[in-house]
Amino acid sequence: MTLHDEELRTAERDAARHDSDSMLEPGVDGRFGEFGGRFVPETLVPACEELAASFTEAWADPVFRDELTTVLREYAGRPSILTECHNLGRQLGIRLVLKREDLNHTGSHKINNVLGQALLAKRMGKTRLVAETGAGQHGVAAATAAALLGLECTVYMGAVDVARQSLNVFRMELLGAEVRPVESGSRTLKDAVNEAMRDWVATVGDTHYCLGSVMGPHPYPWMVRQFHRVIGDEARGQCRELLGTDPDVVVACVGGGSNAIGIFSGFIDTDARLVGVEPAGGAAVSRGMPGVVHGMRSYLMQDEYGQVEEAHSISAGLDYPGVGPEHSYLASIGRAEYPTVTDAEVIEGFQLMARSEGIIPALECAHAVAWISRTAPEIQGQTVLMNLSGRGDKDVAQMKDVLSA
Amino acid sequence: MSGATVDHPGDLTADPGSVVTLGRIEREFRAARDAGRKLLVPYITGGYPGWQDAVRAAVAAGADAVEIGIPFSDPVMDGPIIQQASQAALDAGATPVSVLHEVRGLDVHVPLAVMTYYNLVHHAGETRFASSLAEAGISGCILPDLPLEESGPWCAAADAAGIETIMLAAPTAPDERLPLIVERCRGFVYSVGLLGVTGERSALAATATALAGRLTAITDKPVLVGVGVSDAPQAYEATRVADGVIQGASVVRRLIEGGPDAVGDYIAEVRAAIDAD
Repeated sequence: MTLHDEELRTAERDAARHDSDSMLEPGVDGRFGEFGGRFVPETLVPACEELAASFTEAWADPVFRDELTTVLREYAGRPSILTECHNLGRQLGIRLVLKREDLNHTGSHKINNVLGQALLAKRMGKTRLVAETGAGQHGVAAATAAALLGLECTVYMGAVDVARQSLNVFRMELLGAEVRPVESGSRTLKDAVNEAMRDWVATVGDTHYCLGSVMGPHPYPWMVRQFHRVIGDEARGQCRELLGTDPDVVVACVGGGSNAIGIFSGFIDTDARLVGVEPAGGAAVSRGMPGVVHGMRSYLMQDEYGQVEEAHSISAGLDYPGVGPEHSYLASIGRAEYPTVTDAEVIEGFQLMARSEGIIPALECAHAVAWISRTAPEIQGQTVLMNLSGRGDKDVAQMKDVLSA
Repeated sequence: MSGATVDHPGDLTADPGSVVTLGRIEREFRAARDAGRKLLVPYITGGYPGWQDAVRAAVAAGADAVEIGIPFSDPVMDGPIIQQASQAALDAGATPVSVLHEVRGLDVHVPLAVMTYYNLVHHAGETRFASSLAEAGISGCILPDLPLEESGPWCAAADAAGIETIMLAAPTAPDERLPLIVERCRGFVYSVGLLGVTGERSALAATATALAGRLTAITDKPVLVGVGVSDAPQAYEATRVADGVIQGASVVRRLIEGGPDAVGDYIAEVRAAIDAD
């Protein structure tokens, strides 16, 4: 218990230090450099302004911060631990450490953000949450927070993903949420975001849009980052405890980019190399160019006319043609890099982590494993911190089919 | 084509009496309104099979201008009917270039406006997109995901090319926001009828007439209600307060179900309803 409290104090100290770091704050126009902004229908402008004001006020209020810290500790199970991968590290010739967000309640990092947003929604007098989900992790987390705090919850999920992740659909329904399959467009995450925004346009009076990643119109990319920075702030203290120093490399998978920005936040002002791994079929940073969709200007996969392209990844949670604007900014200034891995490499990484460490990672995180495995020859002897942002239970049925095919 | 005749509004001030050249839409709409005519603007999805004939039928039946949708992959302000038409047009190969090319063959006597989403403008570049509209004979442009705060670069390019940027005003806007939107509007003020996306509703929302009333109280620019004005009686009701209506999903549904002739019949019905009294 003492250690637990000590870790929390360390995390709070780090949070306070980072709060004064102006490099990470968006400008008054909600931009990180030239990325971000607020490209929403006029109907939603007042709601976004109200949300930004409410979040700013709440984030500065010790009562709100205590409430959030308490629920993260007593409900979500924070702080999450670090696990050193002795077997895989030895095999790859590196020192590999995992930040275990998979051990949080609901099995992923997503709980950090939804508890923050749900508490904020209640504070704003909203009675209902609407959310989008890809793999179902954010949807399950949102449904969980809604159940805990007595809010109604509607989750939009692409029909393709409903089929891929039927167990998560049932989980959300068990938690009292209504899941609405989305049949428009590519019927995946991007279309679920469209449908959630359409819902919010019609229900903005009593509904809060509980967006699941560091994307969307200002203040979402910034607010969601703040709710996830606890990952990086904890990890920084834990790394110093375990390694005696900061890691050489910090790695996370990137769809919208919430788990990556969360862990990057703790190391942005260190010398650590920051690596966000995108799926080859959803590589917004390396294959996209700046565009505007879902309320933000960011790197986006699009055709020659600006029509948004469909992403294709083995992992529903990364099936997104865009990326959060702060990642676009970090890429544009060269602070972070965004390599890609193929589905085949991901399948290898998934099995590698399971067999060598007894940890079944989410397919999303298997992207980070795949990059580490591929890159190990170039980073021999270095310390690598990987955000294991979710557990793979949700993916075992899909992988059973893939591996027996 | 007459639509290619471009007037440069320049820095339009709030005072219509000052030395300012209005764009074609605002000039024609002000004149019609001052003559006692209610304004009717149907929306038709560009690139949907039969769309050009639907535009011609709507004009023949009494439309005062036509809003032409350039389909976008992610239309967040549109409900199921316009989404369906947009997807069908995209599946048929419609692009901004192909739609604007087909606009040149319309040869109608009313002004035309384009409705699309900002990424198509951003991707082409503001100046290039504005020029391409002007060259096709388009007079106005509506971008529903480009709110006032983000509209600067586009509005500057549109003004320079003589394209009238029609801004949307929403029921959620506080009183202090409306004058800012109205001031930036060219052509007419698009008064959003309800909280929600495009689509047909069984009744006109109370927000429709409330917002139109708030707008007509602060501007003498034409105010048209769109989004959720679903049939002739609702159009009549809206035009008791507003200067006109935009008809979107109700028109597109008829195009999908009955083709261009059904669009013409419907516009004639709405025309008759709003001309009553």
